[in-house]
Amino acid sequence: MNHDTLSAAQITFLKAHKRQKIRIHFYRFAILITFLFLWEFSAYKGWIDDFIFSSPSKLLLCCYHMIRENQLFYHIGITLFETIVSFILVMIFSLIFTILLWYSKTLTKTLDPYLVVLNSLPKSALAPLLIVWLGANYKTIILTGMSVAIFGTILNLYIGFQEVDAEKIKLIKTLGGTPTQTLFKVILPANASNIIGLMKVNIGLCLVGVIIGEFISSKSGLGYLIIYGSQVFKLDWVILSILILCCIAILLYGIIGLLERCQKNKT
Amino acid sequence: MEYLISCQHMFYTYHTLQGETPALCDMDFQVKPGEFVSIVGPSGCGKSTLLSLLCGLLQPESGKILLNGKAITKDCSIGYMLQHDHLFEWRTVKKNILLGLEIQKKINRETLKEADDYLKTYGLYDFKDAKPSQLSGGMRQRAALIRTLLLHPNLLLLDEPFSALDYQTRLQVSDDIGSIIKKTGKTAILVTHDLSEAVSLGDRVFVLSPLPATIQAIVPIHFPPEFSPLQRRNTNEFKDYFNQIWKELNLNEP
Repeated sequence: MNHDTLSAAQITFLKAHKRQKIRIHFYRFAILITFLFLWEFSAYKGWIDDFIFSSPSKLLLCCYHMIRENQLFYHIGITLFETIVSFILVMIFSLIFTILLWYSKTLTKTLDPYLVVLNSLPKSALAPLLIVWLGANYKTIILTGMSVAIFGTILNLYIGFQEVDAEKIKLIKTLGGTPTQTLFKVILPANASNIIGLMKVNIGLCLVGVIIGEFISSKSGLGYLIIYGSQVFKLDWVILSILILCCIAILLYGIIGLLERCQKNKT
Repeated sequence: MEYLISCQHMFYTYHTLQGETPALCDMDFQVKPGEFVSIVGPSGCGKSTLLSLLCGLLQPESGKILLNGKAITKDCSIGYMLQHDHLFEWRTVKKNILLGLEIQKKINRETLKEADDYLKTYGLYDFKDAKPSQLSGGMRQRAALIRTLLLHPNLLLLDEPFSALDYQTRLQVSDDIGSIIKKTGKTAILVTHDLSEAVSLGDRVFVLSPLPATIQAIVPIHFPPEFSPLQRRNTNEFKDYFNQIWKELNLNEP
């Protein structure tokens, strides 16, 4: 944009907008710093017990030790791996299943009550069963992760498929198109942003599912570290793991956000 | 005289759990090749149902529709223009007009060249890589027409194709599209609720009765063949035709 062509009022407006943005960033950062400072300071002064509340400096030290013992990245890696695999499987299976539902009205109507029940069932209740059936290994954890997200995804995808303008489908029919062509030329492209939206929700849900699975049975992963740490009163481990989970959630969400931007640029 | 479309004693009824609604009752008419027929009628009288039957999306309950003396099947080349242009935002303009060819697997060098020719003739060539949202309403309708014409339909069905446009664009586009259809010599059936549109474009106007629809009157329209739709609107006869159809429509009013 050329500043010569902009009016003075427009420049003032743009400047005000930029100032506002900087201010927001400053506030966000200030909250984080204040929080960390208060935490560290009150632990130092003995206002809170740093054995159960830990402190930023203790966490850094703990992090350093765990990295040196090659533990931290191992656990992060396991959790990340399980989350990403269950996320990918959820997306693949729910797409395939929704497409089948879309092809057959009879199938949809028949399965509807089952899907609704399975979706509203608290999936963490299934985790103990899965562990007994499949054993305490990463497959069970991945399945737990999937079970949290898959039914809701199918229901939401199906709603998205149904919401495609009936006239657009009629257009394909008048051009002599088959149902499969309708699927690929209209339904899926029209649902691209819906699918990305569901991906955003699912990456978080899969993480939740994986952590639940790790809580109940596993020998590795951040969920394991949290449960084990709380049992042996290594609360530094617990708090550190929770903070790392926050970072993982932001990272995964960011990746999907990038994907969304790519898709928006394409259309 | 050989008829392109011959509709014989056709009935159609909608069935729902609440009961049945007869939509079309004893429809009987013929359309000659190259003719432009406008269909008007009160709203909700089954005009769109008639078009769906004519292009084979619905099957008549009894009676039959013949296209060139044969029953209508899915491979009959009938072009259907819907109320909205339905250009897909995820495709470029050119990809949009190729949609029909793509579906019928008819993309080859000749058809691609033809597509380019159409784009040039109708002033869309510079926009071929643009997104549909960058086009004006009139350009979008022209793109939708090209999408239909590229399949070389024997018969064009137009389902209120101008009703989503603002008035000024609407006059221009109906003039535009009417001339294109006349020039290519296509047979067309236009469904509309706009009486002046029906008179300005049609060679004959069919007036439908309220539900269950049947043909109440057929009004032949005579204008010199070289008159464009806009020129027709400026003649004195135009008003007479308009009033005649208006009276026919209001016969059923209480």
